[in-house]
Amino acid sequence: MAGGERPLVRVRGLRKSFGGNVVLDGVDLDVREGEVTVLLGPSGSGKSTLLRCVNHLETPDAGFVEIGGDIVGYHQNGARLHALRSRAVTRQRAQVGMVFQQFNLFPHMTLLENITEAPVAVRRLPRKQAAARARELLERVGLGSREDSYPRQLSGGQQQRVAIARALAMEPRLLLFDEPTSALDPELVGEVLAVIQDLALGGMTMIVVTHEIGFARKVADTVVFLDGGRIIESGPPADVLTDPRHERARSFLAAVL
Amino acid sequence: MTQYDTPGRSVTAPGTAPPESGPEPPDPGPEQAAADQAPPLGLHTEPSDKDLLAARLVPARHPGQWLSAGVVLVLFAMLVHTVVANHRFQWPVVGDYFLRGSIMHGLELTLWLTAAVMATGYLLGIGIAAMRLSGNPVLRGLSFGYVWLIRSVPPLVQLLFWYELASLYPRLSVGIPFGPEFADFRTAHLFSGILAAYVGLSLDVAAFAGEIVRGGILAVDPGQREAARALGLGEGRIFRRIVLPQAMPAIVPASGNLLIGMLKATSIVSVIAVQDLLYSTQLIYNQNFLIMPLLMVATLWYIVLTTLLSIGQFYVERYYARGRDRQGRPPARGLWQVARANIPLFGRVAGPGPVGL
Repeated sequence: MAGGERPLVRVRGLRKSFGGNVVLDGVDLDVREGEVTVLLGPSGSGKSTLLRCVNHLETPDAGFVEIGGDIVGYHQNGARLHALRSRAVTRQRAQVGMVFQQFNLFPHMTLLENITEAPVAVRRLPRKQAAARARELLERVGLGSREDSYPRQLSGGQQQRVAIARALAMEPRLLLFDEPTSALDPELVGEVLAVIQDLALGGMTMIVVTHEIGFARKVADTVVFLDGGRIIESGPPADVLTDPRHERARSFLAAVL
Repeated sequence: MTQYDTPGRSVTAPGTAPPESGPEPPDPGPEQAAADQAPPLGLHTEPSDKDLLAARLVPARHPGQWLSAGVVLVLFAMLVHTVVANHRFQWPVVGDYFLRGSIMHGLELTLWLTAAVMATGYLLGIGIAAMRLSGNPVLRGLSFGYVWLIRSVPPLVQLLFWYELASLYPRLSVGIPFGPEFADFRTAHLFSGILAAYVGLSLDVAAFAGEIVRGGILAVDPGQREAARALGLGEGRIFRRIVLPQAMPAIVPASGNLLIGMLKATSIVSVIAVQDLLYSTQLIYNQNFLIMPLLMVATLWYIVLTTLLSIGQFYVERYYARGRDRQGRPPARGLWQVARANIPLFGRVAGPGPVGL
């Protein structure tokens, strides 16, 4: 790893298409340690795909994602990049937490089992220790008394908070949020955003795809605006959100606000 | 409709209510007003809300249901009567042979053959499902071809094929493909009837189990696998801990069906002289010609076993239903309540319509 100024996440020349549909068309992005980057843009602009490439849930057609100096999904050997076997990809993914729009909690497991599954299986934590940590995390997201509940007994907002606790249990260096509040009833959005904001204050590095402009303004260090698979605007929220230079960004903000 | 809900209407409207006139539908407004004045119930007056609230609910009558139930019960009683009263069934003989030693041995063989066939078949079946769902086109094609072939050939033919394998391949050898051989042996001694039955039926079950498992896996939300991947879980663990448990509610009922079907299908081994439950009774009735009573012995045993398996299936399904409802617990209904709800003779319990398992 190079000097302290090297960003934790570096995305360079990222391209991805599905069939003939170009979703990412050469994206460069830096995310520094402890920073919150919010991705904005109309649907189909490539935000989610970019996020999923960072976690190697999608394999890019060209370009690379580097996290902490390691190329995601590949092993560099001179002029070649060798695709990693699934076990090694798994190890890389363990450093990156992801929270999904549809929560994707495991419905057949209690909240405690949901949270302890990966630490026990991947980080080899003793079950007792993992459970103690899980209880702490549930406490932190305001669900301390519900460890034996099943996900379906919770509201959407509560489920999403558990999903965040589950991601945190892996002690990730980076957290990815893919529209974490889009599937929620309006009155439940606040409780989830509050947890994310809390994490930002704690110095967690995060990339958040969202349509919550107010949240972006308050929490983001950098707002990135995507359209048609390219970054058309990027900078501090004060600049990008109040005075966007690009016409597409302006019309999107006008429509959302 | 909205007017009906507006309290303002009912306060301002009294007095303006026109007398009700026949079938012509009145405005919602005046209707509400009339209700507030609570006129006495009559043929041509609108009932008030108070009257409606106080009214007794009378369930709809279904004379057709009573009639059809009566007819079916009479037919059922007639059936039971002919079976019990017909002395040609020779029930005392059935009783004599029911626990006979050779029958017990046949029963034992049927049980463990079914267990072994199902266990092997499902292990292979999970593999076949995994191959079919894998990214490797050769494995996918192979799995598809296997299922196609096995499902096309009657199990009886498969059984005979393995039993008669020696006539096709008199010798089998171990060695490098298309190269030198290290050892060889004659197949004539390889496949006894029981081994042919085990192999043939296992391979048959594998094809069907593969399809059942594949269907169950496809029913699991892809987001589940994705979330597990994002947590860094390995593919094997994802399959065992995340995908398979969630596929089980779809797999269990079909598998119960297959298991019960196989319990009875093992009776085809009687054609290659394997002494299962059915063949044991056949051996006896070939000597004493008490054909019907001995077939009844076999039948009753199959009924007993199927009943036990159905009860087992109920509990397995209930186990995998955990976390599926809002209370998070499986439905608190015991087997007895479910049975009662489905047997009209004992009267119905809570809820309309038959209660599913």
